[in-house]
Amino acid sequence: MELAIAHETIARWQFGITTVYHFLFVPLTISLAAIVAGLETAWVRTNKEKYFHATKFWGKLFLINIAMGVVTGIVQEFQFGMNWSDYSRFVGDVFGAPLAMEALIAFFFESTFIGLWIFGWDKLPKKLHCACMWMVALGTVLSAYFILAANSWMQHPVGYSIDPATGKAQLTDIAKVLFQNTTLTVVAHTLTAAFLTGAAFMVGIASFHLWKAKRRPESADPKKTAVMRTSLRLGLVLAVVFGAGTALSGDSLAKVMFEQQPMKMAAAEALWDTQSPAPFSIFAVGDVSKGHNSVELEIPGILSFLAHSDFNSSVPGINDTAAAEAAKFGGDPKDYIPSIFVTYWGFRLMIGFGMTSFVAGLIGLWTTRRKKFLHPEFRTGETEVPRLMLTPRRELGPFLTKWSWRIGILTMGFPLIANSFGWIFTEMGRQPWAVFGLMTTASAVSPNVGVGTQIGALTTFTLLYAILAVVEVRLLVKYAKAGPVVTEQPPAKDPSLRGPSSDDDADKPLAFAY
Amino acid sequence: MQLHDVWFVLIAVLWIGYFFLEGFDFGIGILTKPLARNTAERRVLINTIGPVWDGNEVWLLTAGGATFAAFPDWYATLFSGFYIPLLIILVCLIVRGVAFEYRAKRDGARWQRNWEEAIFWTSLLPAFLWGVAFANIVRGVDIDAQKNYVGTFWDLLNPYALLGGLVTLSLFTFHGAVFAALKTVGGIRDRARATALRVGVVSAVLALAFLCWTQADNGNGRSLAALVIAVLALVGALAANQLGREGWAFILSGATIVAAVAMLFLALFPNVMPSTLNEGWSLTVSNAASSPYTLKLMTIVAAVFTPLVLLYQGWTYWVFRKRIGVQHIPGHDPAAALDQA
Repeated sequence: MELAIAHETIARWQFGITTVYHFLFVPLTISLAAIVAGLETAWVRTNKEKYFHATKFWGKLFLINIAMGVVTGIVQEFQFGMNWSDYSRFVGDVFGAPLAMEALIAFFFESTFIGLWIFGWDKLPKKLHCACMWMVALGTVLSAYFILAANSWMQHPVGYSIDPATGKAQLTDIAKVLFQNTTLTVVAHTLTAAFLTGAAFMVGIASFHLWKAKRRPESADPKKTAVMRTSLRLGLVLAVVFGAGTALSGDSLAKVMFEQQPMKMAAAEALWDTQSPAPFSIFAVGDVSKGHNSVELEIPGILSFLAHSDFNSSVPGINDTAAAEAAKFGGDPKDYIPSIFVTYWGFRLMIGFGMTSFVAGLIGLWTTRRKKFLHPEFRTGETEVPRLMLTPRRELGPFLTKWSWRIGILTMGFPLIANSFGWIFTEMGRQPWAVFGLMTTASAVSPNVGVGTQIGALTTFTLLYAILAVVEVRLLVKYAKAGPVVTEQPPAKDPSLRGPSSDDDADKPLAFAY
Repeated sequence: MQLHDVWFVLIAVLWIGYFFLEGFDFGIGILTKPLARNTAERRVLINTIGPVWDGNEVWLLTAGGATFAAFPDWYATLFSGFYIPLLIILVCLIVRGVAFEYRAKRDGARWQRNWEEAIFWTSLLPAFLWGVAFANIVRGVDIDAQKNYVGTFWDLLNPYALLGGLVTLSLFTFHGAVFAALKTVGGIRDRARATALRVGVVSAVLALAFLCWTQADNGNGRSLAALVIAVLALVGALAANQLGREGWAFILSGATIVAAVAMLFLALFPNVMPSTLNEGWSLTVSNAASSPYTLKLMTIVAAVFTPLVLLYQGWTYWVFRKRIGVQHIPGHDPAAALDQA
């Protein structure tokens, strides 16, 4: 028995480590693809140099990032079969379909058009080149959609029946899997959070450059400053729009989860006993063995409102929900309680870090607002670092200015932390289930893979990912610090699909080469 | 033909597509060591597959995903059973993808040498291990009544499977050399053709032995036809290579891979993973398949999107149809390259 427990635990650690790691890159890939496509569109339409340089600069960071996203994604596709073969046998009929669609529809899109975009600067007409990045962006969104539909089915299985002969799940209605409210709200929440992540990434790097230019105006390049100023504003606008979107979609998702997985939401609040009205917990220390919190600080009525848009409604607690699940599925109520510590704090860290980036966006948007809202004396040109203005005539003092820029830089990391904890929360909060109500995680694991093999794989991935993290972060820092290459010029004439027009062109070096 | 038979064919098509496409880009990766004489030439080779390798690799992900959807038990048994070889392949594919993208992102000679070393090994190992894996699938492995593989890692390294590994390794290298001859200009193009001849002869001998062994143990009429086509295509590819017909050589080396992999699938059918412990425990197209609803749904999806994928991937190859030589490598100084050589 002890060996069996170790078995499941190692497989879970591997899934957790590889998935959280993979998801550091995914949101940035999704958002930067669309942002780069948007910047390139701006360049194609206006022919302004700063948009060209912004496209190239953010495009480069996007490529460093997507490389890691792609390769760590391969593991995701394989490890269900490797570590979770009983799960794969049980759900393949349902779960495999969106996964195969993801590969056939989304992955081919992404991988093919990214190749065209990277190497096609001197081969494709501008508009077509730009369209390729939009195709990549579409691919990333479709990919997110399919995999989230698959995950939503694990959170809330629909559109299936259990085959009486084999005991396995069988798909009966794909539309239910693809369009159930769990899928739709999760997709909305994940995509808005992804764009908040990309926005914060832009804000952080642009803040770094602008703050440097502010401190050392003598060595600042006005063209670079122009690119970064545009990037900062774009990032701030996106952070506010998608920060608000993340909050609203998160609220809808919470309501769906209160209905579909009451245990997850009770655990998120460490709400042990059913209460009406139920309070929102600010701080708590739970004591699982006693089934209540030893310390807590809460606001009355708010949780009821979050769950049902009604301040007085009743919200079921952990103890009652566990008893209900035990009555339905058998066993001890304690078996149905997820780790309260992880879910409770995961939920708070997700919201805390996500909303901090939203607030940072709001403050940034206000302090760097357009010049028509400022007294002429404080207005700055397109190639200058904006002054951080509190009122039309009042600039932030040196101390606050310094810290505003610094917080701007730090903002870059906040959504990454929020994303990770969001996933840790939602996956840990579903435990002990792999597929809610149908299959426990313990019975999902591959029965024939030895613990030694699993430890070997876990160690291999962890070490490899750690090394690659160092490599990737150093590369990102190098290129992010260097800033846009403003000496670079777009192709003199729009490339033609027919290829080089003269023999002189035939020996011209490639516009991009590995 | 029942739906699960259609899906057996589709899975075979996806694997064939994967080996045809990634076959030559594994080959290119392997050839960066023996064929390229300096950094510029290594970069020429890498850039022949630069825009396309990622799309090629998605054929593997699609084969994996489609197997999961259409034959969940096949996916589960294969991936949990061949755990260690797959783990090695995964590690290789991860490092390889990163190596292509990151190699030129820093100037240091050591940085670039390390990634080039990585490209070689991470192309070579999967090229070998895929052959080992597929040979074992056809040969049959120890599968119990619960459809679980109960053998060890070492059982997978039997002589037949090792020969299978050498066949894919040499065939992919040949395919890569032919592709290099088709896609480059200058000295490297001539050397690619010479290498193709040498590797091609070796792979012809190995492939003939392996395919005949397969035919003897598991063959049938259809697999014999595929065997003959594979051998003829390989001989044709060698002849075209000698005659300097590089386009034909590539089509025929590709046809060799198509026919050889098709032969393995024909020898396998109607099993998908035979058991050596008890014939009744073998996974077959019927006992490993998904429900008719899922198969029908996935058939529609595949029928709509596979032609579309072929269309835009084919277009990519057309956009990047131009041959590459050292003169096309940015920042390359021909005089310095001569010194290095």
